[in-house]
Amino acid sequence: MIKTVEEIKAAIEAIIPYAKVEIVPNPSPCGQRSLLIEPQFAVEVAEFLRSDEDLALDFLSNATGVDWPDKEVTEKVPSTRKVIKTVDGVEQEVEESYEETQKRIVPGYLEAVYHLFSMKKKHGPLVIRMRTANRTDRVELPSLTPVWRSAEFQEREIFDLFGIVFTGHPDLRRLLMWDEFKDHPMRRDYVAPDDFEYEPTAHDEVLVRAKAHQAAFAGGEGTVAG
Amino acid sequence: MPYFANEAFPATKRPEGWSHPPQVEPGSGGDLLEVSMGPHHPSTHGVFRMDVVLDGERVVRLKPVFGYLHRNHEKIGESTSYLGMMPYTDRLDYFSSLSNNWAYALAVEKLTGQEVPERAEYLRVILAEFTRIQNHASAIGFLIQEMGASGTPLMYAFREREKILDLFESLTGSRMMCNYMRFGGCRVDASPAWLDQARKVVAGLPGFIDEFQQLLASNEILMARCQGVGILRPELAVNAGITGPLLRASGVDYDVRKVDHYGIYDRFKFRVPLGDHWDVYDRFMVRILEMRESTRILEQALKEIPTGPVIDPKAKNRGIRPKPGEAYGRIEGPKGELGFYLISDGGLTPYRYRVRPPSLINLTELEDMCLGHDVADVVLIFGSVDIVLGEVDR
Repeated sequence: MIKTVEEIKAAIEAIIPYAKVEIVPNPSPCGQRSLLIEPQFAVEVAEFLRSDEDLALDFLSNATGVDWPDKEVTEKVPSTRKVIKTVDGVEQEVEESYEETQKRIVPGYLEAVYHLFSMKKKHGPLVIRMRTANRTDRVELPSLTPVWRSAEFQEREIFDLFGIVFTGHPDLRRLLMWDEFKDHPMRRDYVAPDDFEYEPTAHDEVLVRAKAHQAAFAGGEGTVAG
Repeated sequence: MPYFANEAFPATKRPEGWSHPPQVEPGSGGDLLEVSMGPHHPSTHGVFRMDVVLDGERVVRLKPVFGYLHRNHEKIGESTSYLGMMPYTDRLDYFSSLSNNWAYALAVEKLTGQEVPERAEYLRVILAEFTRIQNHASAIGFLIQEMGASGTPLMYAFREREKILDLFESLTGSRMMCNYMRFGGCRVDASPAWLDQARKVVAGLPGFIDEFQQLLASNEILMARCQGVGILRPELAVNAGITGPLLRASGVDYDVRKVDHYGIYDRFKFRVPLGDHWDVYDRFMVRILEMRESTRILEQALKEIPTGPVIDPKAKNRGIRPKPGEAYGRIEGPKGELGFYLISDGGLTPYRYRVRPPSLINLTELEDMCLGHDVADVVLIFGSVDIVLGEVDR
């Protein structure tokens, strides 16, 4: 049986003490919790998970991205205000405590999720995650392809559809969309262009020429060459 | 370069050291020739392209190009209800829709904590093993066809596949797009007549497999073409996440049915066939042997199947809103480990819906297997991976 996430966390911290590892809860009935790993030490942690004799997580089954956009949170904050009240027949300014409704923006991030199993020990899964700093300009994460080659195409897919840039990936190109494509379709705020069925082809030029040809023919000028 | 050119990527070598041969400059006068195989090449089973760089007839570089059938299945999954996605999973690997249904149902059941009645578990096993047999039979048929034996072996496989598809049709209403599993069971019950017919088909299977094996396994041309071709070393296969018959042909004993015991697989006696030469011939043989083991499972399941409901009458399927959380469900599909990763935010649609496609990930090692071989062998090695483009491109 695989160790619990707490034990794995302790094992990582014993070997790599400077790497911060956090347990991410999972309230669903299956209760498979995951480990959040700091990107800068991720490759080191991954090497440990793969080569440790007890864990031997040699098989990266699934690598995927998740987009968590900026969230506006409405929360009630205890606060005080001054109100004028009539106390004993005299108008006075008194302090009153109340709950103020505040709106706050929780910054979003992109997340890469990896499901690890062990073929040697036949156990698993261990879920590890990495988060980018934001969703716009700091979207780099270290590639785990040097540790598990299984991530090669899957990280390319994440780069393609979510826009996470994996540093250290040997061949980071778009996988499913074409190279000239600009956006990242799996992001939550992606809006598909309304004209994406349109594709300029040689056929359109032919149509324009045909139209000119027909107009000339209808005008009684006889056949027009070309 | 030696003939067994997998040595190009030893297990100790890290990707930063992977060598990418130089791009072929037009008019450079070099001996290398860049050929685009596909996307309409008859051997690619659909629209798949390989950028192959050739030195004479020998492959020195091969880059797969994906995306011709891309429809962003995962995005559709995030805008459709949980149940609404069930028929869509049929279209992933359209040869084995029932396995896809099961993997998806398993992931959602993990997310909601639903239980599955006994009879439904048996029906799922029966249908998944039938799916495996017809998938392996046709995979071998296509492989032999790519070798040049046009038609005959494939028709032997398809003759048997028809019998199984007839069973699927009479139970689910469709031959290939079955849409049969539900969260917490199956859609309709199998009648006693259907089970009798299934027993009849299973009784005929060992004869078919014997015939198929005798027809092919000791064929001199097949042996000459397959043995020692496309060798994939086990440590490379494990590191690249290869699963399914391809992994087991490389000698790694890993079968999700044995490891996870999902469903009721711990009740059946079956063995996991392994290859010991790691080549195309082993992949062919492992598939034949897996068909035999599947037949054994079917015999046991059809004998033991209990009576009872196939779905809990209280099981909710329409408009479910699982509690926030995530789940990863995986099964041993005919092509490898098929997984579904779901994140729920408590809404009607999944927050994240992800398919772990075995067909795509099994192609990770395609270049390594092909390096140093002839173009004709590339077709063969590619056929031995057994992919379906509906799942690769999603």
